[in-house]
Amino acid sequence: MAVAHSQIVVDIKGLTKSFGGIIALHNADIDFRKGEVHALAGENGAGKSTLCKMLSGAIIPDSGTIRINGIPHTRLTPKEAKLAGVGMIYQEFNLVPDMPVYENIFIGKEIRKGITVDTKEMILQTEELFERMEVKIDPKAYICNLSVAYCQLIEIAKALKEHVEVLIMDEPTAPLTNQEVDVLFKLVNNLKEHGITIIYISHRMEEITNLSDRVTIMRDGAVISTLKTSDTTQHEIISRMVGRELGMNFPLKKQVLGKKEKVLSVRNIKNSMLQDVSFDLYRGEILGLAGLVGSGRTETLRAIFGADKMTSGDVLLHGDNKVTIKTPKDAIKKGIGLIPEDRKRQGVHLSQSIKNNMTLIKIKDLSIFATISKKEEQKLIDRYVDILSIKLASPHFPASSLSGGNQQKVVLAKWLAMQPDIIFFDEPTRGIDVAAKSEIYELMDTLRNDGKAIIMVSSEMPEIIGMCDRILVMYEGRITGELTHEEATQPRIMELASGIV
Amino acid sequence: MPTVGVFYQKYGILFILVLEIIFFAIAHENFLTSTNLLSVGRQISFIGIASIGMTMVMITGGIDISVGSMLALAGVVSAKLLVDGGVPLPLAIILTLLVGTFFGLINGVTSEIMHVPPLISTLAMQTILKGIAFLITNALPVKGVSDSFKYLGQGYLWGWIPVPFLTMLLLFVVGWWFLEKSYFGRRIYVVGGNKEAARLSGIDTKKVIISTYALCGFFAALAGILMAGRLGSGQPSIGTNFPMDVLTATVLGGISVNGGKGSIVNVFFGAFIMGILSNGMIMLGLNEYWQWLVKGFVLLFAVSMSNLKSK
Repeated sequence: MAVAHSQIVVDIKGLTKSFGGIIALHNADIDFRKGEVHALAGENGAGKSTLCKMLSGAIIPDSGTIRINGIPHTRLTPKEAKLAGVGMIYQEFNLVPDMPVYENIFIGKEIRKGITVDTKEMILQTEELFERMEVKIDPKAYICNLSVAYCQLIEIAKALKEHVEVLIMDEPTAPLTNQEVDVLFKLVNNLKEHGITIIYISHRMEEITNLSDRVTIMRDGAVISTLKTSDTTQHEIISRMVGRELGMNFPLKKQVLGKKEKVLSVRNIKNSMLQDVSFDLYRGEILGLAGLVGSGRTETLRAIFGADKMTSGDVLLHGDNKVTIKTPKDAIKKGIGLIPEDRKRQGVHLSQSIKNNMTLIKIKDLSIFATISKKEEQKLIDRYVDILSIKLASPHFPASSLSGGNQQKVVLAKWLAMQPDIIFFDEPTRGIDVAAKSEIYELMDTLRNDGKAIIMVSSEMPEIIGMCDRILVMYEGRITGELTHEEATQPRIMELASGIV
Repeated sequence: MPTVGVFYQKYGILFILVLEIIFFAIAHENFLTSTNLLSVGRQISFIGIASIGMTMVMITGGIDISVGSMLALAGVVSAKLLVDGGVPLPLAIILTLLVGTFFGLINGVTSEIMHVPPLISTLAMQTILKGIAFLITNALPVKGVSDSFKYLGQGYLWGWIPVPFLTMLLLFVVGWWFLEKSYFGRRIYVVGGNKEAARLSGIDTKKVIISTYALCGFFAALAGILMAGRLGSGQPSIGTNFPMDVLTATVLGGISVNGGKGSIVNVFFGAFIMGILSNGMIMLGLNEYWQWLVKGFVLLFAVSMSNLKSK
């Protein structure tokens, strides 16, 4: 690794940004030097993307200055950022699939001879670009025929075509295989040698320690520290990433006495997102699924629930009864409920009335000869409004009239109405205020004590540590470890979630 | 499956056209004569010209169903300008083309700026333009056009090539150059292929899309002028089946309904396929109703084949 030059290219002081009352970044001081690979480490929501978006001009900071090559900017626009030499590679590719590579490189900036497009020149310049990058791509190949890895290289080429001094890469290796990662690393080193600064956002500790010269750790919207990578270890990086107090009060756990009854077993589940997932679930426990975005937690729940296809694998219920769950309908019949991650899109029908939302699944049982019994409906609604303390004006109002927390409760009510034995909660308290959160925790505790079996996916460390009897940690589609409630600490979970076993 | 799709995309159209010609040549002795084929050429030129504009709109992922009523409106407007207005022919043509471009612009604005789905906005326009055509003519054909006007639709250049057909050929060349060689044409493809990528690269996607609709109106109006010449009068009631024919020719030509793909060269052959189909069926004594039946199937077939390629 080359020694980082001491010349500062980007100097950020006091950068602050909040979105509607939520502080995304607070008083960030950070500098980036010429020719260095500077990694940004931190959990989801730490502020890494916000910082980078302000540098690339996509977001305007509330306060603070950004100095690029000594020139201060307070309200960078995307165009100005590009002119100043900042390029950003996003995760969603902005490529046209049915056009060849060279056209994509020159979208909107076609080389023209008058009105006609100079195809020859574009192909030539594209070849030169790839030579400079030391990658082999046929300029005439069509994007739709290229793998994700190549698409990413092309995105990088697009950025390099503009004069770029600082290149921001947001999780660049997320969609790549191991071999493709090597190609990317070679490119990163190549760029370094050309004096380009690379800001590298990644969750993968291996990459951070192998590739970067310096690493800045961020947490909860603040820059915690900037270290020389060679002076630190993965463990230290992780502990700084998660070092926070557990603030929330969680329901006290009742000791589970006696023999534990196996309610659900999954063996060797495999599909496009999951490698080999196997575990057991017992009656009266809350099992946590921890891990980073993309590790396969939601996908695991969805695969068991029949929402996604399984290429192979077995699901067994209540001991050794192998069951086939191909659709959510099958899962519901077998007594499994899934409260999805994306409440607004998958859980609640915002334009429908609260009443209709709650009675959705149970509706058949409330009907006599296909006519919905109003009396039965009202009974159900009253029962769950009471149990869940849902605050509403009238069940006839649309669900969109409820707060986030109450909407989540409506989703819960919908599922609880069919009285499942096994309930999957995917990020149950995301976007919900503190008061509603503790109500949901109480509810989950009650369900557990009633003998239900619960799997909870959560990205909030305190929540998953506070609520779960056991925690499974996932990384890249497989389970990297299992922790009991006593063994579960934030650093340990983070390690397993980063692939360090 | 992929191989079938790829084959179709590249040669399918030509293949079908050749098959068609062989079929009808065998079925009727008079089919494969130069007179007949040139006559087919004339017949399809109106659909062909309009399909140039339709191609551009569809590449961006849109659609224009108002081309039918535009055909009629352009015919009555140009005829009325000549007959009632006493306007000289070149000026009448220019004014009519401006009218076509204008309504095309409106189509573009309603779909891009008011965000009305183009299917709905151009369907509404189809009805609006029809209303206008009937209103300004009082539902009667506009007769009494000059011979030079009729020449545009009925005449031959150099004694053998029908004027509308030659016009169509020339316009296809222009259209091909515009789409494939000019930077503006490239942008039409980019906007259709990935609108967001286009926007982020600094392309004014609204401008591009609205322009395609304006051009579509222009071409439809041009077709309408020639059609009126052919009919010898401005007829407000024509054009009901026209959008369907134009759409079929375009899709047969490989233009994807989803946008971003297709070559205008094949649209030319697509128009021919439609024309030969009609002509051949008439020669075989099959009436108009049979044509509707067959054409409907052809459209379904064309779209399914183009989806095959995408899979």
